[in-house]
Amino acid sequence: MSVLDVSSVTVGYGGITAITDITIAVDAGQIVTVIGPNGAGKSTLLNAIMGMLPSRGTIRFNGQNLAAEPIAARVGDGMSLVPEKRELFATMSVQDNLRLGFYRNRAQGKRAAQAALDDIYDLFPRLSERRRQDAGTLSGGERQMLAMGRALMARPCLLMLDEPSLGLAPLIVRDIFRTITALRQTGVAILLIEQNARAALQVADHAYVLETGRITLQGDSATLAADSRIVEMYLGRASPPMGG
Amino acid sequence: MDSTILAILLQDGVVNGAIYALLALSLVLVFAVTRVIYVAQGEFVAYGALTYAALDGGHLPGSVALLGVLGLAGCAAGLWQARGRLDRPAVLRLLGETIVLPAVIAVAAIILAPMKPGVLVEVLLTLAIVTPMSPLLYRIAFQPLADAPVLVLLIAAVALHLTLTGLGLVFFGPEGFRAPAFSDITITAGPLMIPGQALWIGGLTFALMTALFAFFERSLTGKALRATAVNRLGARLVGIPTERAGLIAFALAGFIGALSGVLIVPLTTVYYDSGFMIGLRGFTAAIIGGLGSYPGAVLAALLVGVAESFSSFWASAFKEVIVFTAIIPVLLWRSLRHGPAEEEE
Ligand SMILES: Nc1ncnc2c1ncn2[C@@H]1O[C@H](COP(=O)(O)OP(=O)(O)OP(=O)(O)O)[C@@H](O)[C@H]1O
Ligand SMILES: [Mg+2]
Repeated sequence: MSVLDVSSVTVGYGGITAITDITIAVDAGQIVTVIGPNGAGKSTLLNAIMGMLPSRGTIRFNGQNLAAEPIAARVGDGMSLVPEKRELFATMSVQDNLRLGFYRNRAQGKRAAQAALDDIYDLFPRLSERRRQDAGTLSGGERQMLAMGRALMARPCLLMLDEPSLGLAPLIVRDIFRTITALRQTGVAILLIEQNARAALQVADHAYVLETGRITLQGDSATLAADSRIVEMYLGRASPPMGG
Repeated sequence: MDSTILAILLQDGVVNGAIYALLALSLVLVFAVTRVIYVAQGEFVAYGALTYAALDGGHLPGSVALLGVLGLAGCAAGLWQARGRLDRPAVLRLLGETIVLPAVIAVAAIILAPMKPGVLVEVLLTLAIVTPMSPLLYRIAFQPLADAPVLVLLIAAVALHLTLTGLGLVFFGPEGFRAPAFSDITITAGPLMIPGQALWIGGLTFALMTALFAFFERSLTGKALRATAVNRLGARLVGIPTERAGLIAFALAGFIGALSGVLIVPLTTVYYDSGFMIGLRGFTAAIIGGLGSYPGAVLAALLVGVAESFSSFWASAFKEVIVFTAIIPVLLWRSLRHGPAEEEE
């Protein structure tokens, strides 16, 4: 069954349409990627799914139509977004940032919160070392880990990542992608937005190509990675090599 | 000037400064969470003072009727803003907060007021009547403007201040009121005679600040409020309902304003429009403190209080001028240090 079903979604910014008639699906336990150049509308798509932007069309999550559901309710239902700019609480400690990720689940009590926190520290030991430090003092890679950790604290069944490799050194990018692969084992479905097409196609099961607001290609990641158009546009000399 | 006068002036300044510190703290909080410069907070001081004075005299305060009016308006505003996406729990909650709660408080006030139930009950009743007005005003005036620039919010806040002053005249009348001190104890320490009310002010201010500190540092709700102030988008993404954060911040500001009013009305006669000048001193302190720093605001508030009491001794005609011009060198110094402020958002 699909965790996420987006059909014919159109989003505009005051009259100007940014994405048109987008249909994508993410199945349970799958990693799905949407790749595309700058300004294609990738972030717009994720923000619309999360409810940060109003959209036309239908978005179904675990079979339920989200329509006008506010963000807080979507988080409660198990949807988490790691935004392009991370949006951390810079003047608060790493641990407080993570604790706030548990906000929607707070009724489950202190022990559940601590268990969730321990899981995140197992996944990212670096965050555990820095738990008392302000989020604003972290390095780029650590920030990305914290943003992912905070999103995972909500124990989502769908994790959406907006360009997690943005601005990070190749070695850190490799770590992040390892973590993404590891997360799949825990059963969470992942919708991954990337410009780093090579890395994204390596970890994903299914891929969509988004160009100037429309889906132009889609298919199996392996098939797409071999597609001559993709090789030419996204995997050619322009994109840096990636270790796996 | 001998040391006795010095000590008395200092004591006066610190007591007033404590009140300004509370007001400054809530201004900083409201600004951080909602970007509203809450000019109208001073009106809550006047409302609190006048409500307490009326209860102390055994009368039903005019603010009870005002609370009812604001409740109805808040309910209408809430329904209008949520049109199209109303579900049962949301409607029930809205009705509870805007109709049922004010009604319960009003009934309590109608029953208790003629009984002259004593200082403690009167203080609590005053806080119960005045505090909820602040989140109601947030619903009515600021929630529809949530995404507006700071300047628009400021204009709305000034308009609100003028409206509330007018409403104060309607519901409390033009006379000034003063209430007796909470207790007649006086403590003598060397040359100093510390009146009981000063002790109350100092003690309650300290207790409230400690409680606020614990709330923001320890509780998840307090942290969620801080998170909303630090990064609104991030807060929305973890599922913090940021409009509720605004309501809570406004409720705290209303509570602090009302409490300040109750604390000062035994010291000075309060009129329906007295709140503004008191609020302005809290505002001055908040600005001197940088509008972003809680310890800075408290420190600046104590300075403002002391500067005020000394200038009223030396040059009482220029008291206000001296206190408010203190802001200019600070702003100059800040702008020299940081360069022109960037327009935010
Ligand atoms: N707030 C906004 N107001 C107006 N137009 C916007 C806004 N945000 C994005 N756009 C426009 O919508 C289009 C899609 O932007 P979007 O940020 O979704 O692209 P993207 O694929 O995420 O790009 P990038 O890879 O650079 O992050 C762009 O043309 C952009 O200029
Ligand atoms: Mg983007």
